[in-house]
Amino acid sequence: MSAVPLLKVKDVSKFYGSRIGCRSVSFVLYPGEVLAVVGESGSGKTTLLSCLSTRLMPSSGIIEYHMRDGQYRDLAHMGEAERRFLMRTDWGFVHQNPADGLRMTVSAGANVGERLMAVGDRHYGNIRASASDWLRRVEIGEDRIDDQPRTFSGGMRQRLQIARNLVTSPRLVFMDEPTGGLDVSVQARLLDLVRGLVHDLGLAAVIVTHDLAVARLLSHRMMVMKDGTVIEQGLTDRVLDDPREPYTQLLVSSILQV
Amino acid sequence: MNDLATYNFAYLDEQTKRMIRRAILKAIAIPGYQVPFASREMPMPYGWGTGGVQVTASILGPNDVLKVIDQGADDTTNAVSIRAFFQKVANVAVTTKTKEATIIQTRHRIPEEPLRDGQTLVYQVPIPEPLRFLEPRETETRKMHALEEYGLMHVKLYEDIARNGHIATTYAYPVKVEGRYVMDPSPTPKFDNPKMHMSEALQLFGAGREKRIYAVPPHTEVVSLDFEDHPFEIQKFDKPCALCGAANVYLDEVVLDDKGGRMFVCSDTDHCEGRQAHGHAGPMLARPRHQCKEPAE
Amino acid sequence: MATPLVVSEVAKSFTMHLRDGVRLPVVANVSFSVKAGECVVLGGPSGVGKSSILKMLYGNYGVDEGQILMEHDGRLVNLADAEPRTVLEVRRTTLGYVSQFLRVVPRVSALDIVAEPLQARGVVAQEARERAAQLLAKLNLPKELWPLPPATFSGGEQQRVNIARGFITDHRILLLDEPTASLDAKNRAVVVEMIAEKKAQGTALVGIFHDEEVRDAVADRIIDVSEFSPRRHAA
Repeated sequence: MSAVPLLKVKDVSKFYGSRIGCRSVSFVLYPGEVLAVVGESGSGKTTLLSCLSTRLMPSSGIIEYHMRDGQYRDLAHMGEAERRFLMRTDWGFVHQNPADGLRMTVSAGANVGERLMAVGDRHYGNIRASASDWLRRVEIGEDRIDDQPRTFSGGMRQRLQIARNLVTSPRLVFMDEPTGGLDVSVQARLLDLVRGLVHDLGLAAVIVTHDLAVARLLSHRMMVMKDGTVIEQGLTDRVLDDPREPYTQLLVSSILQV
Repeated sequence: MNDLATYNFAYLDEQTKRMIRRAILKAIAIPGYQVPFASREMPMPYGWGTGGVQVTASILGPNDVLKVIDQGADDTTNAVSIRAFFQKVANVAVTTKTKEATIIQTRHRIPEEPLRDGQTLVYQVPIPEPLRFLEPRETETRKMHALEEYGLMHVKLYEDIARNGHIATTYAYPVKVEGRYVMDPSPTPKFDNPKMHMSEALQLFGAGREKRIYAVPPHTEVVSLDFEDHPFEIQKFDKPCALCGAANVYLDEVVLDDKGGRMFVCSDTDHCEGRQAHGHAGPMLARPRHQCKEPAE
Repeated sequence: MATPLVVSEVAKSFTMHLRDGVRLPVVANVSFSVKAGECVVLGGPSGVGKSSILKMLYGNYGVDEGQILMEHDGRLVNLADAEPRTVLEVRRTTLGYVSQFLRVVPRVSALDIVAEPLQARGVVAQEARERAAQLLAKLNLPKELWPLPPATFSGGEQQRVNIARGFITDHRILLLDEPTASLDAKNRAVVVEMIAEKKAQGTALVGIFHDEEVRDAVADRIIDVSEFSPRRHAA
């Protein structure tokens, strides 16, 4: 594991007027590390994810990212052009609803190829080859390359969204409830796929989920949020096997056993 | 004309013309950039060239010679009415000859004859935003232009190739102007795209309903977008013009009967007539053959 | 060679917030060390805290007090207060664990589950799979099962996959939580032999074995965990 953090988050707070989105969140994320942020709706986990991914500007605090040139950059002080470039090259964002992260009216191949074209790839044959390779990696038949995601099932759409994000070999991926709204069997397949990709590509990821099984399977570390603050964090199996805080214990004991 | 004396020269009032001229100047200063302007109500409906008419009205002087074409032709309804409009409200000289015109207002074509220094081509534009196809939000497309994020344009071309095996876009084919802004050349056939490149004439684009003006100044680089392995190509026609015999010009299909009879003729009527006057003849020209003196061209 | 594992004055209790915050002391003043090549067995009646100690050693359970010192990568790490990523690194190269139950990952074959820890240490896939196959063969897991995900395996089959996965690397410390619980006599003997091999290689082992026969065969020392009862210390 690299000794240098990829993302340094210090004292990040976000207020909506007098209402708290998230308060004083600090952590560092290393390359290849997967952090799960768990908590119920309204706990501030999505606000935190939005702040981290520059979709929202934090009210206070500093988020620094280790750029490919080896420098740390404060995301709040980055120009919009640079930030958007970062988001479509070195970062990925997987939305809960695939329609938010896909272009539903262009083909699967173009959805995957868009990032390549955005960074200046101008060879149709190469773009198509990459797209087809990525469809295979996310287990979508190559014969679907010219179909629009409108014709795909929920699970396929989500896998397509993942391929679309990973095609530029990002180093950091944000995921917002990636398995939300999917059937359990479809979830298992997606989780296994994500787990394999994260492992093979050495991706760092921040995954927001309310599903502790997702956290257990995918993450190395987890943070438990309640009312906008992080109440417990640590190694994922430590937090799940030996929860300390009342709320975490409640959360863990609420898992349905089958 | 007397009953129209109450109209200001070229219909628009001077303040409006100034406002539009400022927009035009800005557009010329930033080639390919869409400048918003306060488009006025014109005495014709949107879609009839209100953007082009306002641009023409703002640059027209008493000594200008105006030509108006619609799909290359000087004699279609739209061209005739606009020409008549300016004759009435500005009392300017009009012509159908490309060579003689100082201002040419056009819908869908660039004349075949190369334009020269001092001429201005005014395009009527329905949808100025080339990114609109894939991005419906104006706020987002403006940001994309500002940040030069043009990957989406190639997504459109990619889709074309994926669906048809080649770039099937034949009109409104996107171009990059002076290496910076991606621009929609209005619904001209892509056949005309190369004529925009390094043109000696000033090219102005007016979109009345969308309230945008943009420009390509003379001697400006205009490059059609493409892929390395699917380079930009213009349409090719199997046969020359049936009337004047011209090759390498844009042809319109004319249906002759209900038995599949058809012919292909120059879309640029002035060019075609000019060639005929010089004795060129195509296979279907109804003229005594003895008058033909087929030149070695 | 330094002592691979030193446990010093470790205490652990659970606070059950869902039961009015009742505090359940588990163990206190746990102190022992394990030498290279030694197998220490945690003994005592059930419920005395044997598994809790093992889980603290692996980092699954937090530690209230004390130190768990391991030599890792040429330096001393106190697992009781190490950063999560240090714990993960220690687990990858120094500290192995064979649990009672296999945590099954959907769609991953038995062979790949066994090979994974070796691959995580940088061994190429082909070689890791060959080593995995050797171990599974040794543990008499039918070859037809190797390419299948173990979700549908019997308890004994799953446990053998688990054992192979734990034994495949050359971690210097290996924790064994009843690895022979659901095995037949033949396979128990194999595991005993494998533990003997680990000892010969200088691995420090800490285990829980309820089967007396196995315990006697592998243990160099038995620590009675009831010695660490918090009540005894309170008294």
